[in-house]
Amino acid sequence: MSDVLLTIDGKEVRAKGETSILDAARSAGIFIPTLCHHEKLDPYGGCRLCTVEVESRGRTSYVASCLYPVENDLIVRTRSEKIAKIRKVILELLLAHAPDSPQLVSLAEEYGAKPDRFEKESSFCILCGLCVRYCAEVKKKNAIAFVDQGPKREVNFIPEIASKECWNCKECFSLCPTSYLQAAYFLTEALAFPQRALKSSEK
Amino acid sequence: MARINSGPELEDARKVIVSKRELDKAWLAICGGISCLGGRDSLIHAFEEEIRKQALEGKVGVRVTGCHGFCAQGPNVVIYPEEICYVRVQPEDASEIVSRTLIGKKVVDRLVYTDPVTGKKAVHQSEIPYYKKQTRNLLGMNPRIDPRSIDDYLAIGGYSALAKALLRMSPEQVLEEVKKANLRGRGGGGFPAGLKWETARNAKAEIKYVICNGHEGEPGAYMDRAIFQGNPHLIVEGLIIGGYAVGARQGFIYTRHDMPRLRENVDLALKMAEEYGFLGKNILGSGFDFQIEVHLDVGIFVSGEASALMKSIEGKAPEPRPKYTRTAVKGIWERPSNLNNVETWANVPQIISKGSDWYAGIGTERSKGTKMISLSGNIVNTGVVEVPFGTSLREIVYDIGGGIPNGKKLKAVHFGAAMGGTLPVELIDTPLDFDALSKLGAGIGAGGLFVMDEDTDMVEMSRFFLDFLANESCGKCVPCREGIRQMLRIFSRMSEGKGKEGDIETLEELCEVGSLASLCALGKTTSSPIRSALRFFRKEYEKSIESKAGAV
Amino acid sequence: MDEQRIDEIINKYGGKANSVIMVLMDIQHENHWLPREVLAQVSEKLGVPLSEILHIATFYKTFSLKPQGRHEVHVCRGTSCHQRGSARILEKVRNLIGINPGETTSDLRFSLENGSCLGCCTLGPEMVVDGVHYRNITPEDVEEILENYK
Repeated sequence: MSDVLLTIDGKEVRAKGETSILDAARSAGIFIPTLCHHEKLDPYGGCRLCTVEVESRGRTSYVASCLYPVENDLIVRTRSEKIAKIRKVILELLLAHAPDSPQLVSLAEEYGAKPDRFEKESSFCILCGLCVRYCAEVKKKNAIAFVDQGPKREVNFIPEIASKECWNCKECFSLCPTSYLQAAYFLTEALAFPQRALKSSEK
Repeated sequence: MARINSGPELEDARKVIVSKRELDKAWLAICGGISCLGGRDSLIHAFEEEIRKQALEGKVGVRVTGCHGFCAQGPNVVIYPEEICYVRVQPEDASEIVSRTLIGKKVVDRLVYTDPVTGKKAVHQSEIPYYKKQTRNLLGMNPRIDPRSIDDYLAIGGYSALAKALLRMSPEQVLEEVKKANLRGRGGGGFPAGLKWETARNAKAEIKYVICNGHEGEPGAYMDRAIFQGNPHLIVEGLIIGGYAVGARQGFIYTRHDMPRLRENVDLALKMAEEYGFLGKNILGSGFDFQIEVHLDVGIFVSGEASALMKSIEGKAPEPRPKYTRTAVKGIWERPSNLNNVETWANVPQIISKGSDWYAGIGTERSKGTKMISLSGNIVNTGVVEVPFGTSLREIVYDIGGGIPNGKKLKAVHFGAAMGGTLPVELIDTPLDFDALSKLGAGIGAGGLFVMDEDTDMVEMSRFFLDFLANESCGKCVPCREGIRQMLRIFSRMSEGKGKEGDIETLEELCEVGSLASLCALGKTTSSPIRSALRFFRKEYEKSIESKAGAV
Repeated sequence: MDEQRIDEIINKYGGKANSVIMVLMDIQHENHWLPREVLAQVSEKLGVPLSEILHIATFYKTFSLKPQGRHEVHVCRGTSCHQRGSARILEKVRNLIGINPGETTSDLRFSLENGSCLGCCTLGPEMVVDGVHYRNITPEDVEEILENYK
């Protein structure tokens, strides 16, 4: 992997090829906000908060900096009017689900996102996928799954696996930006874990 | 048939097949398209029964062909060699057709096409305005061949392009021809196929893939099914040529799970192609090996998107990935994968056999060749048609499509379904052209042309498209998933005339963010129909805002 | 569906992890639904995590995690059929058999599909029952058509 020279917010940055813009920016001390990103996990590109402007061969486009690899002579802008609008709207959309999330609230202040722009949604989950991915990639237990599609998409614990694996782990709880995950775990435990069914049939 | 191992052997085999054909032997072409048969085989059985009953077995041929394209007048039956076209044929008509036409050599008047406006009858396919006004370079083969017969395909010159490419051209020369012809993707992107092939060719890898995208998820688009089911060898030939040009020895066909006849035809075509030596090792003695594997779609729109489709072939859930690295460079299992649409592959053999100069002579400056269009909505002649690029939309809708039924007036036409755009009737003289249409916000998409009459509610239409996307979005990224969620809430209000102040502006902002920050093309173009409607039909939107309703 | 039959299907596609979708499709086609134990067996034999299989099975509309009815009803809700009044057809079907798209009647008589475009726009508005297309129908035709399917 050879080195690459690019410009981020007017600053010249050197990085190894195949590094993401996000990592290259961080190494140069330039901060880009993220939500679904975690150093121990493969970059996901779901929240789109890390969107930046890239200009290459005269064309500008908007990309997720956690996924886009650095290129020679790439011009990157991590802040602009359009980017601010994108981040503001993303936050407003997510605050409709989790208005009390500390991460969302502090970012909202910076971007002028209005917490009650959209009516409150019934699910707290913002589908950042940190729990699903952590359980799959780090713990390799796959006890949590994404199910369904589109606006109906959800994060569910798999009772037959979670009942065996989660009792002495629960490392995903601290990753969750909202109050969803813990609530989902305890609800699943109460309603669907197999040993409960066993226990009640023994009575 | 023994395996064909060289160019001369292919020509010999072709001569034998053609010589065995009795050119004046009568035969029936029964359109086996889904609209004509409707999932029943009763029409086919009726004719087979009659032929048996009237002692014509062996004397008269029956071919269940692919879609003829004249769906509005189906079920369609054509008698060859005279090319007598019968329309709206029912199983009960089989007996009369067999005795009067096949035996008696007389026309059954009541089954002949009648022009609804002039009352003029047209007996032969070449006289029917619907067919006459098209340029059926691809579709024209459908009524003439049995898709289950490789010999039929060979008889009309099939696989000669493959022989020319493999035996008399280098891969680079094949690539050059496709580039010079300026073949642009027919699946919706309109991207120059030659450039995509070149990217895959130049990518440094031992193993590469070529893929045929037969998913055809765009509602209202049904031309790929027509050509694939009706002439699978055409696409297979194109795919092998593409593999040769790109340096791939493995091809994938991604096709629909819900059409048994299509599946059978494709499976059989691959089996026969292998038997005859067009697939496998050392094809026609060229030294080129090539195999094709079939994968089925599983009934979700997003799996027609290139990167999602590739995930599906890998056996994973079809979530698209951003194309920061092109799939032509890193696709299936991170290998260079060149994906093209069914219709794009179908164009390749003729480019090779007739040459890029011939091909580039059809169409406009930057949109070459013909395009298959499937007509639907408020139009008299729903069906599949094929016209050169540059044909005006007016000609397609009125001269070929037969205009608007029930005495209604045209209000708008729409391309690209839920990811596309609308053109008001004032723009009906726009030519069919990739760039002319995309400048107006109504890019051609897959070629499904949806016609709307004066009774159409444009706000409700936008809402309908959004509902479709809600059902098809993968849900991974925020701008698409949450954007659709909130836009639907706004449309719910607006459809009752209870839109709030600022709702249109919120829609516009959600559209802007969605189009910039979404992960894939589905999310990015969610905004297209809404922006297009706001561009040409803003007043209708404003009427649905409570405070403005009185003012407009 | 017995374990042996599942194994046969898995072996048909070479036991490769990337054949999981094709395997599930065959099982869905034969069994008309995907029971949990079957998913677990496929997960184990192909080495694909159950979480991934559940994602796939709930993502794609062709798969059903609940038993399906004897008859599959599909009211096309493509753009053209919608323009020609398919919403009213769907409403009539919903009222008659009492379920929403994606659901099955409690007596296992009917399953109502999701309504994707069938690509036969000439026949619209149309309803397909067990693969047979009922073309250019009105809401008044629905009851008579469904009567035939016990």
